[in-house]
Amino acid sequence: MKIVGLSGSNIGSKTRTTMKYVSEKLTSQYPHVDWNFIDLSDYTLEFSDGRNYMDYEGDTGYIAKTIMEADAIIIGTPIFQASIPATLKNVFDLLPINALSGKIVSFFVTAGTSKHFLIPETQLKPILSYMKAQTVSTYVFIEEKDFLNKEIINDDVLFRLDALVEDTVMLTDTYQRIRSEKESMYDF
Amino acid sequence: MEQFRIQKDNGLEFGLYTLGDHLANPNTGQRISAQQRLNEIIELAKLAEEAGIDFFSVGESHQEYFTTQAHSVVLSAIAQATEKIKISSSSTIISTLDPVRVYEDFATIDLISNGRAEIIAGRASRIGLFDLLGYSLNDYEALYEEKFDLLLKINENEVINWEGEFRPPLKNAKVLPRPLNGSLPIWRAVGGHSASAIKAGAAGVPMQIAMLAGPTQSFKESIDMYREAARNYGHDPAQLPVATAGFFHIAETTQQAQKEVYPHINEGMKLTNGAGFPKRGFAMGADRRNVLNVGSPQEVIEKLLYQHEQFDHQRYIAQMDFGGVPFDQLMRNIEWIGNEVLPAIRKHTKKEIDQ
Repeated sequence: MKIVGLSGSNIGSKTRTTMKYVSEKLTSQYPHVDWNFIDLSDYTLEFSDGRNYMDYEGDTGYIAKTIMEADAIIIGTPIFQASIPATLKNVFDLLPINALSGKIVSFFVTAGTSKHFLIPETQLKPILSYMKAQTVSTYVFIEEKDFLNKEIINDDVLFRLDALVEDTVMLTDTYQRIRSEKESMYDF
Repeated sequence: MEQFRIQKDNGLEFGLYTLGDHLANPNTGQRISAQQRLNEIIELAKLAEEAGIDFFSVGESHQEYFTTQAHSVVLSAIAQATEKIKISSSSTIISTLDPVRVYEDFATIDLISNGRAEIIAGRASRIGLFDLLGYSLNDYEALYEEKFDLLLKINENEVINWEGEFRPPLKNAKVLPRPLNGSLPIWRAVGGHSASAIKAGAAGVPMQIAMLAGPTQSFKESIDMYREAARNYGHDPAQLPVATAGFFHIAETTQQAQKEVYPHINEGMKLTNGAGFPKRGFAMGADRRNVLNVGSPQEVIEKLLYQHEQFDHQRYIAQMDFGGVPFDQLMRNIEWIGNEVLPAIRKHTKKEIDQ
């Protein structure tokens, strides 16, 4: 099972800090998972120009191909100007229309204010639905006050992240089983 | 229609097309050599002609896993190897070629083949050729529109005066040789997108539309929009042929046909397009209302007739060699086509037009 962690911003520490926790949780508890963490701040991405994703080169090509090969994606994103960062939207734009079909996608959000709580519902989920992801409906919303010195200090947040990781792995497993059962019914 | 060498009384034309893909047979993991693939394409054209198939075309793709980059050269060999089948590109990527050279090539093929050559001009779905041939992807649309337009002008005028952005001007230029009967049928290749269909209609040029899978009804919308655009821009849709193109495979039963061809299409698409063909979508393709022409001879015939009833199109072209389908299977398909499909569709579509 291939799971990609996608940290959607190229600035700030909260999303990275959280993804580090998710990363440790996932690799220690689910050793059978092939985990690949992509932090967009480590890469230089071109803007999407509509070409087939296989035709991008360098970092852009690497990220597009890695996501296309994943069975599941855990997205971590801050909220910028009441929406997802342009860097993250650009990743979606690089991919084909049905790119997330058959993939489980879960996410957590770090935000400067609780006023942003519904932003993922209106800004991120419609994109995931349009691209045909199987979305884990519950997301983890994390605020400024939950962090201190690049660490999560709110145990409730940690518990919710644990559940998010567990749901992601479990749903990916389940979905793969459903699909292979369904596909074995076809005689080709 | 006659201008495009379509005889309405003959009913629906049936053709074959190849993209010239060069892929391993997924069942064996073996890939034939590029030389063998090219020879088999030429052989396929000969067999198609013997079976009474109307049309054969070869595409141009400058990517890994393809082998007919020089598609006009392949078509030239086919022109020499055959006598009556129509031959065409599907598609010529006019955006990254010089329309003058393209016209010279195809007019030459037309003469060699005694008036059987056509051009279907497209824009490319992959973009490797922009780098390879020295063009900027930023000009993707502008290149196509300008060069396609120039190609049409060359077809209409032996002596041409022209100025544009992407090619040096032509001053009293004579583009020679001229085709056997003065002009070539030049078609616009359209993907699923209705915007392209509208452009083809507005320009009053024949349209070839690709349809891999999905409801026949959806593709009918694009065809209707094409004809409406033609009408709005002062062209008579009754004079403009429409062709459809898509996957094709026949076996004794629909299940057998699906089983035989699915791995080829799925694995082939993964390598050339980056995503396979979802099994459920493929299974839905068996429905008569779906454009995927994979099934028993009877099922496919009924689908083709249903599509004809919906589209009232003049030509259907079948892609059956994608993804390393072994040659003996292609030969079997050609036999089915010759013995079952062609007699049935000719009988029914001729009758329809006579009424």
